[in-house]
Amino acid sequence: MSTIDSDHDGEERRDSTSTFGDYGGQYVPEALMPAVQELEDAYERYVLENEDGFMDEFRRRMREFGGRPTPLQRADRLSDRYDRDIYLKREDLVHGGAHKLNNALGQVLLAKYMGKERIVAETGAGQHGTATAMAAAHLEMPCEIYMGRTDINRQRPNVYRMRMNGAEVNPVDAGSGTLKEAINETMRDWATTVETTHYVIGSIVGPHPFPKMVRDFQAVIGQEARDQVREATGRLPDSVVACAGGGSNTMGTFHAFVPDESVALYAVEAGGSSLEIDADAGLAPNSATLSTGTDGVLHGAMTRLLQSDEGQIMESHSVSAGLDYAGVGPELAHLVESGRVTPVTVDDDAALEAFHRLSELEGVIPALESSHALGYLEHHHEDLGDLVVVNVSGRGDKDLETVLEETEKRDLEAAPDVEVFDG
Amino acid sequence: MSREPQVGGDDGRVQASGTKSDGGSDSDVESAIRQNRPALITYITAGDPSLEATGEYVEALDRGGADLIELGLPFSEPIAEGPTIQAAINRSLEAGTTPAAFFDLVDGLDTDAPILVMTYYNMILQFGPEADVRPFVERAADVGLSGIIVPDLPAEEAGPLRAACDEHGLDLVFIVAPTTEGERLDRIMSRVTGFAYVQARLGTTGARADVSTATHDGLARLTEYDVPKAVGFGVSEGDHAAEIVEAGADGVIVGSALVDIVADHGADGDAPAAADLEAKARELKAGARRGTTDDRAEDTPEPEQP
Ligand SMILES: Cc1ncc(COP(=O)(O)O)c(C=O)c1O
Repeated sequence: MSTIDSDHDGEERRDSTSTFGDYGGQYVPEALMPAVQELEDAYERYVLENEDGFMDEFRRRMREFGGRPTPLQRADRLSDRYDRDIYLKREDLVHGGAHKLNNALGQVLLAKYMGKERIVAETGAGQHGTATAMAAAHLEMPCEIYMGRTDINRQRPNVYRMRMNGAEVNPVDAGSGTLKEAINETMRDWATTVETTHYVIGSIVGPHPFPKMVRDFQAVIGQEARDQVREATGRLPDSVVACAGGGSNTMGTFHAFVPDESVALYAVEAGGSSLEIDADAGLAPNSATLSTGTDGVLHGAMTRLLQSDEGQIMESHSVSAGLDYAGVGPELAHLVESGRVTPVTVDDDAALEAFHRLSELEGVIPALESSHALGYLEHHHEDLGDLVVVNVSGRGDKDLETVLEETEKRDLEAAPDVEVFDG
Repeated sequence: MSREPQVGGDDGRVQASGTKSDGGSDSDVESAIRQNRPALITYITAGDPSLEATGEYVEALDRGGADLIELGLPFSEPIAEGPTIQAAINRSLEAGTTPAAFFDLVDGLDTDAPILVMTYYNMILQFGPEADVRPFVERAADVGLSGIIVPDLPAEEAGPLRAACDEHGLDLVFIVAPTTEGERLDRIMSRVTGFAYVQARLGTTGARADVSTATHDGLARLTEYDVPKAVGFGVSEGDHAAEIVEAGADGVIVGSALVDIVADHGADGDAPAAADLEAKARELKAGARRGTTDDRAEDTPEPEQP
């Protein structure tokens, strides 16, 4: 637990458990500090030490309610196309259609153990909101979700799903109406209701202990995949590829492989429409935080950010709502700085092509977020070695409207015309 | 503006360095509160609707009896702010307010009341070429700012900023929330300089119709600490100020109610907005004085000669 410690030259000293190298920390309003520390304590007891059998119950519910374990599937046509073994970790098959439930169920259950009475959460794509709403219904917790207006408009099906599960969805009109504004508003709610409410943050972002705790709930992805790939092939993969927004599916997939030095780890960020930023307009037409960002503090943590020279956070962009965020988890920022994780980008066009390609070749419709990870294979498979694991973080049903619209605007390879019936 | 001790304005306010019983010297901020008790602390967002207007508003607040003036340097993600100040921050950012221009404005101001900057930590980190708090603090000291308030910087993370502020003689004000308790409360109170910013209620900034019971509770558990206490978050009327001072506060902090006045006047007509701000400051200061039970307000010390 971090403390205010004055023994050291009169300067406060932070305990290294709240940071990853220079990244992380607890930059939150004072009103939230006691709650954050209460959460640290609960995290240590229930998650790390399995007090009261918390982790056993979590794993049981993830099996029975969540559908774990998910398969690791050899993608035969992709393997032929790229002339190497490509395995897909099928997180799209988790209940709700994305890896998000791993974390949401863990945190809602933890909130119950902590005696909290109400859940709030932000959502970007609506996947985390959906997962939280499902977990809250499953565990009988009242739940409110904050979602940016732009995201509400581009992710309708998820809005309805949340409401079906009994959650209230509060639109956020500030700024560009995406994930960053939704997080701001959820923090404001939490700062008001902190005594009874737990904030289920949706990625490995926010103040300590969220980045570690969310990673631990998501780490099951990589633990399963590592066992499964060894069982299928007798060895570790040469590379592991996952998309990165905040980075929860990313670190969830990577965590078990971090000590395996022979395994290259690729975090694929949204290249959007361009990697150039328009500093005057405060716009970054991408969400390539790890690849192009600079160090700063946002939403409770020191991390990499898309920001102006003066420190104003930029409006990011990606065709996929779930990657559209100007920050990233502090642990990923640290692993990129230390060289363990390689950040790369895939732009909107390439992600859309990958979406169509996987749908047509393998019969799996991936989320637009996951399509970024898949898109990286197209031009860079030769760098990835003979055995590659790609995390399919979610399924693409929620994205069909966006994909149809965005495909129409472009001349894409591998895009079928689904509106025209011949015959 | 000058940081030299100087004689206060026409209402007998004093800006002078006091002397503590331990021989240490009070800062500008601390003496502004102690010597003008009950103190009025006003907040407006710099650059709303323009930095020129802010200059006039600051002078109006100073004339109206503000003993300390907080200026908000806008940040794009103001998570501690309610709708009123969020909107002010948006107007300021749309007007193109930058930290450099903000500092230039402050450099040209001449007020009796010491000025503090209130901003989010990332703005402080990014002022220099690298992520480092020191260039900001150095510039703040250069232009005569007296202190810094950072709503997203708890004491646990404040080491580097505390050190830089100490080096440049600036106060670093910490917020004490209704949820702050026990050992953390002790440590925070022992590290505060200037004054303790007592958050009247959970939640975000914004004018409210009443004074929360959390205010009374909050002040009651702070009596044992010999640090000036000022209460903010929701204070909007003279009667609130009176009630808060009666409950034991050394000062009241008013933000959203003043920002509302600025917003109502819009971009045109700086002069009427300034007049209304000055009148509102007088109302609040008079309210605060009504709250003193032991006539301390009438007991204001004679202006000291520099
Ligand atoms: C399917 C899917 N993948 C990835 C992400 C990105 O989040 P993270 O980077 O935290 O995994 C999201 C976010 O909504 C998502 O829905």
